[in-house]
Amino acid sequence: MAPVLVLWLAVFLSGTWAVDKGNFKTCDQSSFCKRQRALKPGESPYRALLETMELTNTRLTLQLINDNNKVRLLLELYRLQGNMTRVKINELKPLKPRYEVPDVLIREPPTEPLSLLSQDENGVVLSLGAESQRVILSARPFRLDIMEGRDVVMSLNSRGLLAFEHLRMRKDTSQADPEAEKKEEADPAAQPEAAKEEEKDEDGMWEETFKSHTDSKPNGPSAVSLDFSLPGVEHVYGIPEHADTLRLKTTENGDPYRLYNLDVFQYELYNPMALYGAVPVMLAHNAQRTTGVFWLNAAETWVDISSNTAGKTVFGKMLDYVQGSNETPQTDVRWISESGIIDVFIMLGPTPKDVFSQYASLTGTQAFPPLAAVGYHQCRWNYNDQEDVAAVDAGFDEHDIPYDYIWLDIEHTDGKRYFTWDPHKFATPKEMLQGLSDKKRKMVAIVDPHIKVDSNYKIHNEIRSRSFYIKNKDGGDYEGWCWPGSAGYPDFTRADMRDWWASMFAYNQYEGSMENLDTWNDMNEPSVFNGPEVTMHKDAMHGAWEHRDVHNIYGFYVQMATAEGLIQRSGGVERPFVLTRAFFAGSQRYGAVWTGDNAAEWEHLKISIPMCLSLGLVGISFCGADVGGFFKSPNTELLVRWYQTGAYQPFFRAHAHLDTPRREPWLFGPENTALIREAVRQRYTLLPYWYLQFYHAHRTGEPIMRPLWVEYPEDPATFALEDEFLIGRDLLVHPVTEEGARGVTAYLPGKDQVWFDVHTFQKHNGAQNLYIPVTMSSIPVFQRGGSIIPRKIRVRRSSSCMMQDPYTLYVALNLQRTAEGELYIDDGHTFNYEKEFIHRRLSFANNVLSSVNLAPEAQFSTGSWIERIVILGASKPSKVLLKTDDGQESQVEFDFDASMSVLTLRKPGMNAGADWNVMLQ
Amino acid sequence: MTSCQTQYLLMLLLSVGVSAVEVQRPRGVPLSKRQFYEEGKPFTCLDGSRTIPFDRVNDDYCDCKDGSDEPGTAACPNGSFHCTNAGFRPGFIPSSRINDGICDCCDTTDEYNSGAACQNTCRDLGRKERESLQKMAEITKEGFLLKQQLIQEAKRGLEEKKAKQADIQIGKKDLEARVEALRTVKETAEQPEKEAKERHLKAWEEQKAVIQMEKDKAKMAEVLSELDDDADGSVSVAELLSHSELDPDSDGSFTEAEAQGLLGGVDNVDSVAFESVWNNIKDKYASEANTETPAEVETTVEEVREPPSDNDSEQYPEEDIPEEEEEDDDEEDEEEDQEDGDYKQSPPPTQTPDKKEDDDEGTMPPFDQETQNLIDAAQKARDAFDEAERALREVDDQVKNLEKEISFDFGPNAEFAYLYSQCYELSTSEYIYRLCPFNRMSQKPKFGGSETNLGSWGHWSGPEDNIYSLMKYEHGTGCWQGPNRSTTIKLTCGKETVVISVSEPSRCEYLMEFISPAICQEPSSLDAALHGHEEL
Repeated sequence: MAPVLVLWLAVFLSGTWAVDKGNFKTCDQSSFCKRQRALKPGESPYRALLETMELTNTRLTLQLINDNNKVRLLLELYRLQGNMTRVKINELKPLKPRYEVPDVLIREPPTEPLSLLSQDENGVVLSLGAESQRVILSARPFRLDIMEGRDVVMSLNSRGLLAFEHLRMRKDTSQADPEAEKKEEADPAAQPEAAKEEEKDEDGMWEETFKSHTDSKPNGPSAVSLDFSLPGVEHVYGIPEHADTLRLKTTENGDPYRLYNLDVFQYELYNPMALYGAVPVMLAHNAQRTTGVFWLNAAETWVDISSNTAGKTVFGKMLDYVQGSNETPQTDVRWISESGIIDVFIMLGPTPKDVFSQYASLTGTQAFPPLAAVGYHQCRWNYNDQEDVAAVDAGFDEHDIPYDYIWLDIEHTDGKRYFTWDPHKFATPKEMLQGLSDKKRKMVAIVDPHIKVDSNYKIHNEIRSRSFYIKNKDGGDYEGWCWPGSAGYPDFTRADMRDWWASMFAYNQYEGSMENLDTWNDMNEPSVFNGPEVTMHKDAMHGAWEHRDVHNIYGFYVQMATAEGLIQRSGGVERPFVLTRAFFAGSQRYGAVWTGDNAAEWEHLKISIPMCLSLGLVGISFCGADVGGFFKSPNTELLVRWYQTGAYQPFFRAHAHLDTPRREPWLFGPENTALIREAVRQRYTLLPYWYLQFYHAHRTGEPIMRPLWVEYPEDPATFALEDEFLIGRDLLVHPVTEEGARGVTAYLPGKDQVWFDVHTFQKHNGAQNLYIPVTMSSIPVFQRGGSIIPRKIRVRRSSSCMMQDPYTLYVALNLQRTAEGELYIDDGHTFNYEKEFIHRRLSFANNVLSSVNLAPEAQFSTGSWIERIVILGASKPSKVLLKTDDGQESQVEFDFDASMSVLTLRKPGMNAGADWNVMLQ
Repeated sequence: MTSCQTQYLLMLLLSVGVSAVEVQRPRGVPLSKRQFYEEGKPFTCLDGSRTIPFDRVNDDYCDCKDGSDEPGTAACPNGSFHCTNAGFRPGFIPSSRINDGICDCCDTTDEYNSGAACQNTCRDLGRKERESLQKMAEITKEGFLLKQQLIQEAKRGLEEKKAKQADIQIGKKDLEARVEALRTVKETAEQPEKEAKERHLKAWEEQKAVIQMEKDKAKMAEVLSELDDDADGSVSVAELLSHSELDPDSDGSFTEAEAQGLLGGVDNVDSVAFESVWNNIKDKYASEANTETPAEVETTVEEVREPPSDNDSEQYPEEDIPEEEEEDDDEEDEEEDQEDGDYKQSPPPTQTPDKKEDDDEGTMPPFDQETQNLIDAAQKARDAFDEAERALREVDDQVKNLEKEISFDFGPNAEFAYLYSQCYELSTSEYIYRLCPFNRMSQKPKFGGSETNLGSWGHWSGPEDNIYSLMKYEHGTGCWQGPNRSTTIKLTCGKETVVISVSEPSRCEYLMEFISPAICQEPSSLDAALHGHEEL
């Protein structure tokens, strides 16, 4: 215990809450990053061998040669459907195969024909099909330029930073390996001539030590790197997960942004350090065009960003303008990965929504969650026992606050053995789950991927006997230290392992589980307390592949297998809900993510917005931050503000660390209970709109919570906004995230647009900064003029209690006195939504509001009806007529508030799934 | 048919069915408000905000801001629904619970159109409640009797204590006088003792000086002969140079000039002149007969201690051994205590071990008889004084304790006084909890490990109208990154005095349920409540 005491005291006495940066590598401490970053822009040693070019209908291949070491690479170039270009570069003949990331693309992306426009000894010009797009491939040095008309959209290797560390024999052992020698003799093209091999071994190529951990690197150096130039671009976004601004910063004066899934204890804000998840997708935007780069590589990756305008002040830029400086702004980006190949998808937009749909066509869209998961989640590490769960559940009823899920963290298990229950504290889990079910509520229990090494634990024994564990470099089962003590890590990269894992969620396998129990995957970076950087050794083995190759995709597979398990246990009927902390490109297909172990600080509340916006931009819409903050204890004001913010973010869950005082919503006095209740109720009234947004995200890949520039791409004032955001197109939210705030200034976008305060119905013009005085009850939210938002204002105990409730339609008129919206209804929990649903277009024009079926082939009937229609910005009609589809006309009573121009139609009463028209006369 | 029409029909059917047994009123309206809902007459919202036709009451559309037009539907977000619950307690539920598929009213009236299969459980609940109230009443009755005894006992106890306090005060005065008298005796005896001791010591110092001088002389003669290699009775520069340790600047080269300097500027000194040289060199001089270098200074205690090992799991301080986290805190405390103990017990590290073995001037001779007599007399006076003073301190403590106990808030009639200086334990699967009321609360692991302080007596902390229902114990052992442990004791009425449960609802904040007759209320108020229900 003594060392524990010492370090506890050390932490305690130092009194800091910040991350211990020394536990995580800088670029300088990661030898491949240091090596690659040492290369400076200049002439590339790579040359395209045009004589090797082969052009088929769908792809172009040719060889590249590095004139320094004569190693040859194979370039593949594809034109993909939907305005994308794929560039793949691998060694022509690698010593052994290099890892190509499987399972992330939802299918082999369909190609489009490429055609040769011209060719000479300097290069070739290819047509990219429509839109006068061309690729110019220059031979010496090798570079690619993607042109549209006369503009360069993007250039690859324009700064000569393409680097490909070919696999090689270790010098001190190559003589001893007759196999390799034979191979060399037999196939001289495979290896550069020995004489030309001038590259010297550098430190860290064959072994690397960080703190007390040594990485054995049996395959030696294997990094890949490539640069991209984006002329005309000053704003780049994406590459989550970082606790940083929405708009990415230049990295010249510090470390590059790092993508390496890590369990970072008490992470710090506004820096490029790696966090729990990694999505190697970057978006570039200017007022004319949006593009994206998807770098499909699951190894440790660093991204450098530089800009020729970064250092310039506004004044400097104006001076350029006045003096007619013809330097166009440009952003240069460079990707560096430790192993694998270069496999890049260039998404050419041109609109933000085009990029979303292009990326969705590659990696899929957001899983459509069950409605309940869109409600409020009550979590804590830990609810102590069944009585505690029952008491908290009762507390919500007593204080009339709705919720859908209550969560159990690791303490619910029998000694951190997942799939089990503590025999004393949770002796009768089914009774507990039934109790929740009787209230139409649900539960999430945690299942982490580290498995306690314990021969009395069934899960461990089965994994071991099937040899499903990840192996260490010496071939034994890899063991690390995590919550249960010594633990093994199942190899989720194996399909057979994932199948087995999924089968463990069957009701007869996972004892005590029921239909209303869903799952939370934590610690799946994976977190290894005693491993390098609190994760797994890179030389651990996943079959033939090193952990180095697959690290960033491990967490993706854990969630994939878990979601599959939840689907299978219901015979493929029920939609699963799985929350994950680690993620990768494509994770959106399996559930929700959250921003990990944040802290009860105002800055953490603020950063929740750019962090979730960044995730949404790369497909992961179902994002949230721990409401209240995980570490430390929030003061009441912060807690209330966090509820108000979280109520308007996609994943809405309160969570707290074991060592913090309890903070259920009613523990802060009646006044604050009322404030929190109101925030949660606003969430529930908007569930129909939220659910519709999830449906859209699932259909299109567009983010739910989106930066303003996505909807107003030509308005530079929106490009760096990160204290406000849109939900879908129609709701603008500027939560109060400042302590002691007396007001906020919200930017309302859109010339010729109007916005309505959803609480007061006051109308404001677009394209202005609006100062809004606030009190503790204020959540500034605006509905776009021209939109129709359905709500259910009868807030009940949980979302499923509200299934059959009637709708109120909020019709906000624009300056043209029109509005449009949609209504989506299904059963809320099964995959039947693929055929059985109601999807209607609501539109208001010429004083007629009508509901038109958008999916006539779909079958679904609902008991819900329209109880009220509120028209904002209306004038007073003399009478209102309702015409239903059976041709009957009836008069509808109404109320007109002239001061706010709000017309309220009383109880028109038609079924929400029917055709109807309401005419204002 | 639209669903509101369905509901309207259903309402009609139901209200016809129900009217036989109940006073006719709209669904969800309590009897007390029946007069506001008069069939066929325009309804005015209870907040007076507007008046609507009666057919808009319970028509599943919210017209009144206060929700009063929809007592029987879920239409108003702020409405409430009245369940009659015949056989049990009537009550209100938020109208959002009407027809939500969950049975809230025991008479099932909230689920009239949801398809939920609710059972009427009112009679059952009523019976159970009456039974438990009955039981409670019995307990309260007996408990209240016991409480009266406790009050009497406390009264007696208090009187006894006050009497004792008075007694002690008298005794204390005597003691104080005695202490003062003995102090004078002691001081009178100590003066001659001190003088005699000083005389004795001075004589001894003088004697020591003589011995030391003689020794030094002998040593000088010895050294002279050792240095005097040519035995000419004098020491020369050359003879001195063989002793490099005498190098005045210790630069490693002992030059002739330096040696000459030591000899007072001459090349040769005789035995008489050597006396002044000797004073310069005696500290450095190393005898030729004993040339080993002096032993190295011992390694210090600090150097032996290993620095704390750098462990990679440091960033997971609280997570290191999660299973044992609860114990960790305790062990941490324990460790701290032990370490403190170590520091106190171990002697301060000294770097200069006593090496003056040759410094044997002998020990001081015993006191002469006269001095010894004075010392013995003084010691006797001191002992007598100390004894008296100790006795006075004890009495002081008694007085303080009594004062503390007398001034304690043991409840309006001191009914909680009997808990003072008692302890009560509860044994769970892991721990033994121990409550010593008005003192402290602690937790001890059943299977080894030290005790953890869960808080010391703080104050009564119940709500204003019942402040003696809760006790607060605070400032217990600190939690890592958390608050100091504290415990709330919830007191309920019972015949016995016993702990019934301990839990930790929030990290390091404990809750103990404790039964005692002292909290029992006068039974009459309960009887009324019980009968009130039976009237239903």
